[in-house]
Amino acid sequence: MSETTRQLRFEIFRYNPEDADSEPHTDVFELEETPFMTLYIALNQIREKFDPGLQFDFACRSAICGSCAMMVNGRPALACRTLTSDLPDKICLYPLPVFKLIGDLSVDTGTWFRAMVERTEAWIHERLPFDPDATEERMSDDIAAAIYENDRCIECGCCVAACGAANIDSAFLAGAGLNRIARFQMDPRDQRTDADWFEVLASEQGVFACIGMMACEDVCPKELPLLDVYGYLRRKSLATALSSREK
Amino acid sequence: MTSKLVTTDVLVIGGGLAGERCAIEAATAGHEALILSLVPPRRSHSCAAQGGMQASLANCVKAEGDSPTVHFLDTVRGSDWGADQEVANIFAEEAPVAVRELAHYGVPWSRVRGGKNHYFIKGEEVDIDEPLENDGLIGQRDFGGTAKWRACYAAAGTGHAALYAVDSEVVRLGIEVRDRVEAVALIHDGSRCLGAVARCLRTGAHFAVMAKATVIATGGYGRIYGQYTTNATINEGTGASIALDTGIVPLGNMEAVQFHPTALSPSGILVTEGCRGDGGYLLDKNLERFMVEREPQKQELASRDVVSRHMAEVMRGGDGVESPYGPHLWLDIRHLGEEHLRTKLLEVWDICRDFVGRNPAEELIPVRPTQHYSMGGVRVNKDGQAYGLGGLFAVGEAACWDMHGFNRLGGNSLAETLVSGRIVGRRVAEYVSGYELRADTGIALDALKAAEQRAAAWLARSGNGPSVYEIRDAMGETMMHKVGIFRTGEELTEAVAELGQLLDDCDNAVLRSKDPGLNPELAFAMRLRGMLRLAMTVAKGALARTESRGAHFRTDFPVRNDSDWLNRTLVRWGMDEGMPTFSYESTGLIDLPPGHRGYGSDERIEMTTTLDDYNKNVLADQIRHGRLDSDEEMGSRLRRGAWKTATG
Repeated sequence: MSETTRQLRFEIFRYNPEDADSEPHTDVFELEETPFMTLYIALNQIREKFDPGLQFDFACRSAICGSCAMMVNGRPALACRTLTSDLPDKICLYPLPVFKLIGDLSVDTGTWFRAMVERTEAWIHERLPFDPDATEERMSDDIAAAIYENDRCIECGCCVAACGAANIDSAFLAGAGLNRIARFQMDPRDQRTDADWFEVLASEQGVFACIGMMACEDVCPKELPLLDVYGYLRRKSLATALSSREK
Repeated sequence: MTSKLVTTDVLVIGGGLAGERCAIEAATAGHEALILSLVPPRRSHSCAAQGGMQASLANCVKAEGDSPTVHFLDTVRGSDWGADQEVANIFAEEAPVAVRELAHYGVPWSRVRGGKNHYFIKGEEVDIDEPLENDGLIGQRDFGGTAKWRACYAAAGTGHAALYAVDSEVVRLGIEVRDRVEAVALIHDGSRCLGAVARCLRTGAHFAVMAKATVIATGGYGRIYGQYTTNATINEGTGASIALDTGIVPLGNMEAVQFHPTALSPSGILVTEGCRGDGGYLLDKNLERFMVEREPQKQELASRDVVSRHMAEVMRGGDGVESPYGPHLWLDIRHLGEEHLRTKLLEVWDICRDFVGRNPAEELIPVRPTQHYSMGGVRVNKDGQAYGLGGLFAVGEAACWDMHGFNRLGGNSLAETLVSGRIVGRRVAEYVSGYELRADTGIALDALKAAEQRAAAWLARSGNGPSVYEIRDAMGETMMHKVGIFRTGEELTEAVAELGQLLDDCDNAVLRSKDPGLNPELAFAMRLRGMLRLAMTVAKGALARTESRGAHFRTDFPVRNDSDWLNRTLVRWGMDEGMPTFSYESTGLIDLPPGHRGYGSDERIEMTTTLDDYNKNVLADQIRHGRLDSDEEMGSRLRRGAWKTATG
């Protein structure tokens, strides 16, 4: 424990696109650090003590709902689980890029992710109708665990914000979208074939648009194996392309 | 530009599991549904449910002999006989279907591994051979207050997996969701609900939605406990609040508030009951397992109300671990081993790392009981139809359906969202079929104007009044310390007075941000009065109920009293009325006679009427209290006496 309490200096991006008089700028706030202070605690203190208009998003505040991703000293992160003790005295907070700005640190991830779910049709395809009287289909626990591993994405948008390709073309599926595809591709309940997936995967916004910096995996708060996802989907796409040429 | 007036068939307020499942049912039947949600639906608090969803699939050895009947028994005992037993039975019968339906939607449930499995049960390491013929079926883990292993799970992210699967179904069906929108008032003519006035949180603009049916699915009101809750910041009881504002629709059992034994200290973040289900211990400052002596039968896995009370007693007795944030106890899951923690309890691993900087395979987890669940809510009949207003339904935690009575069992709420979403959704679909939309725009526009005026009045008020956040914090302190785990008449009386003062303060509070549009302070201010009113109904309800039942514990009336209090609290409070009006209705038809729960105290005051006499009056009594007709007659889904053959 340090002897003296740190004085934290927050530099926060401000802009309200709904207000014609608003200009993008940063505001500075100072706070005394307290033990176990997270950005959730700090931002609420700033709003309640200094600037009640400051806009940001939190819901679960336990790194499960994915609401609170923002740029923390230049790096996308979930604010709720970021401890100020892990940061220098000067903390710069900006909204995530790529997503539409709602105001200050708040961005519209909901619209982007709904579009992604629509585009990837992120649901089990070609099922028989549900039979309420039937016992469930069997699945090995290993496969269930493997699907779950990829199902854990909380759609916070960190990987999208960190992605070079998504910053050029916001329609790029990015880590989250491609992970969603991998999750359904490995699910034996989903009847889509590799050929069905090929159109999405090999499109301009698909897996080959990745420019290979792999920041997505570095910033993912759930530590999803996004490198493996890219490898898996590229192999699948190549195999599909090659086999279609042979025909 | 949003239109000021929107029409739809079914308006669903709340985009969590219950609301979305309900909308799916309506859309599948061919009706148009519109979901309003404070946040993108996948960020709803359903996503935070961790350890499991109760359904008697009975696929593993420790679940053998389980059935809907045993599930019914556990649920009614868990409720301390406060539940509507017919609803508890409907729930227990349909929960397995809901779990399997989620598998159909794509949830990657953990599966049974045939062959030798290593478990921790009541402090013992046990090897159990799971039959090979069950390999690959949906597995179950142990939870509190249950006779059998019944909680189906996807690691410790069950709610997340369920919500994503259900929301994908919503997208597949093309159901419209408007996120960052809050319903701020119901539109009604005194007997029928015609929709709701909504406020866009991006722009501050109000609009009216007129619907053939309106469903409240806004979750609980844990945030009236300020920071002393596991709930998300969005669980501010907005749905219950706008129902209460009508003065017509009653809320049920508001004083029944659950405290979860294992929330992280000090942040209040939930650590799943699955930790204890999988063999975790609770330890005091001397690293002793105090639950073994206090509850020899169930140990750490008694119901949440009972475990939370024991923990509070241990801390009051000086055996808590001191910290700058007050005392806590320890949750010990070290012996489960890193592999188990990083698979079956992965989210707990993450939470310990992120929020207390601890490795739970090597270190103890600081926990203390914290507000977790609202058993109370909008009182509805077994179809989910609200008392008093035709066309208004409620579902999930926002409703008092009422399968939880005075204490909910772990894993039963996640199951309730899906089961009741299916059932109520079907009833809603039937209700709107052949019903013409009554576009009584006069009433809608009046309600719209009133809501706009409330927002304008907040912005216009000036002076040196208190801040809305000070009032919120004071409310949280009052609720936690005077309407908490242990309650007394004296403290509750103080709480009522303090909340009354805070309501007055709220009328004088002044905003510092005057932006009419994107303004988080205004958005919160517009909820604050409603939150204080809900808090008042909890405190007054708790003061009036001079007995102890489930999570409602009065140290001055420590015994359950089935002679005087085998009933449900109803409260109505029109927006302009000075104080709420309480009344008490029959709990419901009683099949399983009141008795000992199997854990906790065995002392109680017995019923003085016969069950037959009690049951004879239930229907007329509930109708007198505002119950509207259900599709099927009362009692049709109660399997009378079935419990006699079950060995729970």
